[in-house]
Amino acid sequence: MSNYNSLTKRRYIIAAVAVIIALVYVVQLFHLQILSPQYREYADSNAFLRRSLYPARGAIYDRKGNLLVYNRPTYDVMMVVREMKQFDTLDFCRTLNINKESFHSLDADMRDRRRNPGYSSYTPQLFMPQLDVKGYGLLQEKLYKFPGIYIQSRTERQYNFPNMGLILGYVAEVDKNKMAADPYYVRGDYVGKSGIELSHEEDLRGEKGVEVLLRDAHGRVQGRYEEGRHDKAPVSGRDLTLGIDIALQAYGEQLMHNKVGSIVMIEPKTGEILCMVSAPTYDPSLLTGNTFSANYQSLENNPYKPLINRAIAGTYPPGSTFKPTQGLIFLQEGIITPESRYSCYGGYPPLGGRPACHGHASPLAIQYALSTSCNSFFCYGFNGMLSNRTKYATVGEAFDVWKNHLVNLGFGYPLGVDLPSEKRGFIPNSKFYSNVFKTERWNAHNIISIAIGQGEILATPLQIANLGATIANRGYFYTPHVVKERKGVSLEETYTTRHESGINREYFEITVNGMADAVTQGTCRGINLAPLVEVCGKTGTAENPHGDDHSLFMGFAPKDDPQIAIAVVVENGRFGATNAVPIARLMMQQFFRGEIPESDQWLEKSIINREILPYAYTRTTLPTE
Amino acid sequence: MVYQGNKEIVEKGRVDWTTVIFFLLFVMLGWLNIYAASYDLENATGLFDLSGRAGMQLVWIGTSLLLAFALLKIDVGFYEIYAFVFYLAGIGLLLVTLLVAQEINGSRSWLIIGPVRLQPAEFMKFIIALAMAKVFNSYGFRLMERKNLLLVSAIILLPVMLVIAQSETGTALVYLSFILVLYREGLPGGFLFVGIASIVYFILGIKFSDTQVGMLSRGEFITTILIVIFAAGLVWSYMKRRGVVTVLLLLAATTFLTAFIVSLFSVRTDWGLVAIIAFLVTGLYLLYLFFRYRKKTYIFIFLFMVSSFAFLESVEYVFYDVLQPHQQMRIKVTLGMEQDLSGAGYHVGQSKIAIGSGGLVGKGFLNGTQTKLKYVPEQDTDFIFCTIGEEHGFIGSTLILILFMAFVFRLLHLAERQTTVFGRVYGYAAVSVFLFHMIINVGMVIGIMPVIGIPLPFFSYGGSSLWGFTILLFIFLRIDKSRKRI
Repeated sequence: MSNYNSLTKRRYIIAAVAVIIALVYVVQLFHLQILSPQYREYADSNAFLRRSLYPARGAIYDRKGNLLVYNRPTYDVMMVVREMKQFDTLDFCRTLNINKESFHSLDADMRDRRRNPGYSSYTPQLFMPQLDVKGYGLLQEKLYKFPGIYIQSRTERQYNFPNMGLILGYVAEVDKNKMAADPYYVRGDYVGKSGIELSHEEDLRGEKGVEVLLRDAHGRVQGRYEEGRHDKAPVSGRDLTLGIDIALQAYGEQLMHNKVGSIVMIEPKTGEILCMVSAPTYDPSLLTGNTFSANYQSLENNPYKPLINRAIAGTYPPGSTFKPTQGLIFLQEGIITPESRYSCYGGYPPLGGRPACHGHASPLAIQYALSTSCNSFFCYGFNGMLSNRTKYATVGEAFDVWKNHLVNLGFGYPLGVDLPSEKRGFIPNSKFYSNVFKTERWNAHNIISIAIGQGEILATPLQIANLGATIANRGYFYTPHVVKERKGVSLEETYTTRHESGINREYFEITVNGMADAVTQGTCRGINLAPLVEVCGKTGTAENPHGDDHSLFMGFAPKDDPQIAIAVVVENGRFGATNAVPIARLMMQQFFRGEIPESDQWLEKSIINREILPYAYTRTTLPTE
Repeated sequence: MVYQGNKEIVEKGRVDWTTVIFFLLFVMLGWLNIYAASYDLENATGLFDLSGRAGMQLVWIGTSLLLAFALLKIDVGFYEIYAFVFYLAGIGLLLVTLLVAQEINGSRSWLIIGPVRLQPAEFMKFIIALAMAKVFNSYGFRLMERKNLLLVSAIILLPVMLVIAQSETGTALVYLSFILVLYREGLPGGFLFVGIASIVYFILGIKFSDTQVGMLSRGEFITTILIVIFAAGLVWSYMKRRGVVTVLLLLAATTFLTAFIVSLFSVRTDWGLVAIIAFLVTGLYLLYLFFRYRKKTYIFIFLFMVSSFAFLESVEYVFYDVLQPHQQMRIKVTLGMEQDLSGAGYHVGQSKIAIGSGGLVGKGFLNGTQTKLKYVPEQDTDFIFCTIGEEHGFIGSTLILILFMAFVFRLLHLAERQTTVFGRVYGYAAVSVFLFHMIINVGMVIGIMPVIGIPLPFFSYGGSSLWGFTILLFIFLRIDKSRKRI
C-alpha cells in the first residue's frame, strides 16, 4: 500500500522536473529576447539590403553655356548563375560581339573568387562591363532568350572637348582614407579625385538615396521593405557653370603645345578665370572607362608631369613682372615720389653694377623705370626702404612691412582658388633672413635680387595673373575662381568679396601708365594691339639655375575698363619678349577679335610649331641604370 | 488491491473537453504559424489555398478532426483487445518501410502509397503505448520481475532499433521517453539516477576533453571527483550512516590536502593521479565496509563507482568512433565546443537570431524577416517555434510554453484519475510523448538541446505527425471517457 502511494507521488516528481525544464526555457527565452538586443541587429542585417540609389552627377558648362562634362549611361551585362538555363551561347556571343573563347574567359573571371570576392551564384554578377548603346539595344531585344542575364545601367563621365583635363579633374572609386574621413562614402562609390570634380565634389555629387530591400538566405532580393516606405530618392548633383571660355582655353592649349608652362587669364571685375592653361596637359576622356588605369599610369610616368596643374602648383621667380609691386610699395611707403629719379649706369652702382641693366635714359623716375624695366631703380628703392631708420626701427621691421604689402597683393599664400593643390609660392619674412644670415644685422644689399623678383621670391602663374587683375582694378582683386555659377545656390562669399591691396589708387594709375608705356615704347612692344585695344604689360625674364631663363608676361587690357588680366609663363622660354609676349598677344587677339587676323597668322603658326621642351625634366627623371 | 485514488465524481461518459479545447487551440495556432512561416513575399498564397502549406495543413487538421471523432466512437474494448495485433502490424509496417522506402532527406522512413506519404514511425508511438498498457494491465503483473522487465524492454527497444535503422534517431529517442511510464509504474529511481549520471558523465567527459590535468583530461578529472561525491550521496541515501559519509569524504579530502602540501615543496604534482588515488581510497574504504558489515549495498556502490569510471573511459571512444561526424558536430555545437555558424550551427544560430530579434512583443504576424526570407531552415516543421518567437516575442513564446505545460499537466491529471492500469499506463505514455517532444523541440530551437529533428506536436506542419498525435491523444480521451466511476 505504501508502495502504491509512493508511486502516485512520483507524478509530482515528473511534474516538478517538467516545470524546472520549462522555467529554464523561459529564462533562455528571456535571455535571447529581452537581454540580447544584438539578435535584432543580426536579423536586420540579415534581412535588409540597403541599396544606394546614385544621383546623376552635376554637369559642367563653360561661361558661354557650352556643355563640357555630362553623364553617359553605360550598360553592364549581369548574370545570375542559378537562374541560367541552357541557351544558345553562340547567339549570345554574337549579340555581345565576342567570340566563344572570350565568353569562356569572362565566365571564368566572373566565377573566380580571387578576382571577384563577392561571387554568389544567387545574385547578379558582373559578366561584361560597359556595353555601348547599340550593344545594349541588341541585347535588350533578345534578353528573353537568355534567362539569368540582366542589364544594369550605370553612368560614366563624358567630355565634349579634349581640353582642360587638369581643371575638370577626374572621378574614380573612393579610397579608404576618404571613406574613413566622410561616412557619406561607401566602397564602390565614385568620387572626384582632382580639379573641379574634387573641389566641388559636394556640389556635383548630389545626395545619395537609399532603397531598403529584403534579402533572403541566398542573397536574393525579395522585394521592398514595407513597399518602400523607408526609401529615399536621390537628389541630383548641382550643375556648374565655369568662368572659363572653352574656345579661349582650347586655343591656349594649342599655343602651349610642345611647351612647358602656363597661361592664366582672369576677368578683373569679377575674379572669374577665363582660361587656365597648364602645359603639358591631357584629354580628360583618357581618365574614364576601362582604360583609366593604363592611361593614368602613362600620364604619371610622363617626365613632363602632365598631371601637375602648373598654373596653380608651378612656382617661378616672377622676375620683372614683380617690379610693379615694388613701385607700388615704395610709393605707398613714401620711399619715393612719382618724381624721384635714380641713376642707372647699366647696372646698380652701389654693388659695382650688379644686378646688371640694359641701355636706357638715366636718371629715371618710376613710370619710365617700369616701361624700360630698369633693375637699378628698384634696387635703389628697395635699399632706400630697408635702410630707412627714421621710418622703421630695424631692417627687420622695414622688411616685414614690405612683405605685408606683398601678401595684401596676393603673394606668399594660396589665393584660395576653387581648385585643389594650389601652392603658396614664397615671400620670405625678416625672420627667414635672420636665420639664413644667422644675425639680425643684414641689409638690403645682401638680398638685393628679390627687389627684381629673383632670389627667394616664388609665385604661381595664377598669383602673377592676379597681380595683373589688381593693377587693372587699380587696387583690389576678387579671389580668382573657375566656377562662376552653382545651380540653385549662390557662389561662396570668398569669391564675391573684394580684397583691398591697401595701396592708393593714384599709385596704381602711375603703374598702369608705366605698363602702358612698356607696350607702346618699352620692353613689350610685341603686344601692342592699338588701335584695337590699349594693352598694358610687363615682361619678365626669370633666371633659372637649371637651364634657360623662364619667359614671363603679365598684363591686362584694355587700359581703361579692363576686361582681362593675363599671365604667361613659358619655362626655358628665355626673354619675356621671345615667347611669353607673342603668346599673350595671340590670346588677346583671340579674346578681343574671336579670331586671329591675317597679319598675325605667321606668328600663330610659328608659336604653335615652336618646341621648347626643357631637357632638365627628362634628365632628372631618367631611370638610373 | 483497493483503489484509493481519485474520488471525484464525473458525469458518466463525457469526453474531457478541456483537453479537446487545448487540442483545437494548438492546431489553430499551429495553422496560423505555418501560414506565417511558409508565407512567400513574392507569391503569397491565401490561408485556405491548397497549393500552400497552410492550406494543406488545414486538410490535415480536417482529417484529424474526423479521425478524432471516429476514435471516440469506437468501443474502448477494441483498443485493449487488438493492442498486440496493432503492435505486430506496426512492427511489420516498419520492416516493410525499411525495405521499400526511398531515401528522403537522409532517412528511409517514408511510405509512399499513391498520392499519400506516410511515416509509420509516427503511428508507432500510440501503438507502443497501447502494447505497454496491455502488458501492464495483465493480471498480477509486476514490473520488477525479470521476465516482465525483459518483455517491456523488448516492446520498446524493438521499434527503437527499427527506426534507428531508418535513420530516424529523433523518433527512436521519443520511444525511449516511455521510460517515464516505467518510472511511474515502479522502476526504481536508481535506474533514472544511473541514466542521469551517464548523461552528466558524457557531457563533462566530452566537453572538457581538450585540456589535460595531469594524466587525466579535465573532463575525466572533474568526473572522477563527481563519482566520489555521488558515492557519498548514495551511501547517505541508502545507508543513512552520517559517520560513513564523513569518513569517506574526509579520505578523499585528505588525499588532496596531502598532495597540496607535497606540491608546496616544489615537487611536480600530477593532479590527475591525485584524483585517481582519492577515487581508489574511497573505493577501498567501501570494500572494507562491505567485508566488515556484510551489507550488499556497499558492494553495489563500489560497483557503481567502478562502472562509472569504466563508462567515463569509454565515452571518448563512443563519441569519436561510434557517432557519425554530423552527430558529433551537433553535440559539439550544443556543448558550445564549436562555433560553426555556417555548418551544423547555422540552423541553431539563425533560429536564435529569429527568436532573439522578436523582443518583448515580437514583430507582428507575417512581419518576421528571419522566417519570411528563409534564413531558418525547416521553419514550418521542426523550427516552427522560431516563427512564434520572432513574430510574437517573449510574451507569445512564453504563453505557448505555459499553454503546453498546462496541457501536459491536464493529461497527467487525467492519467492519474484512470481506474484501470491500462488507462493509466496509456495516459502516462501520452504524457511522455508530448512532454518529450516539447522539451526536445523547443530546447533545440532556443539552442539548449542538440539538433534532433522531431516536430512540435500540433504546431509543426505535417500530416503523419498530426495524425499520429491526434490518434495518441484521442484514444486516451476515449479511454478516459469510459473509465469506471466511483
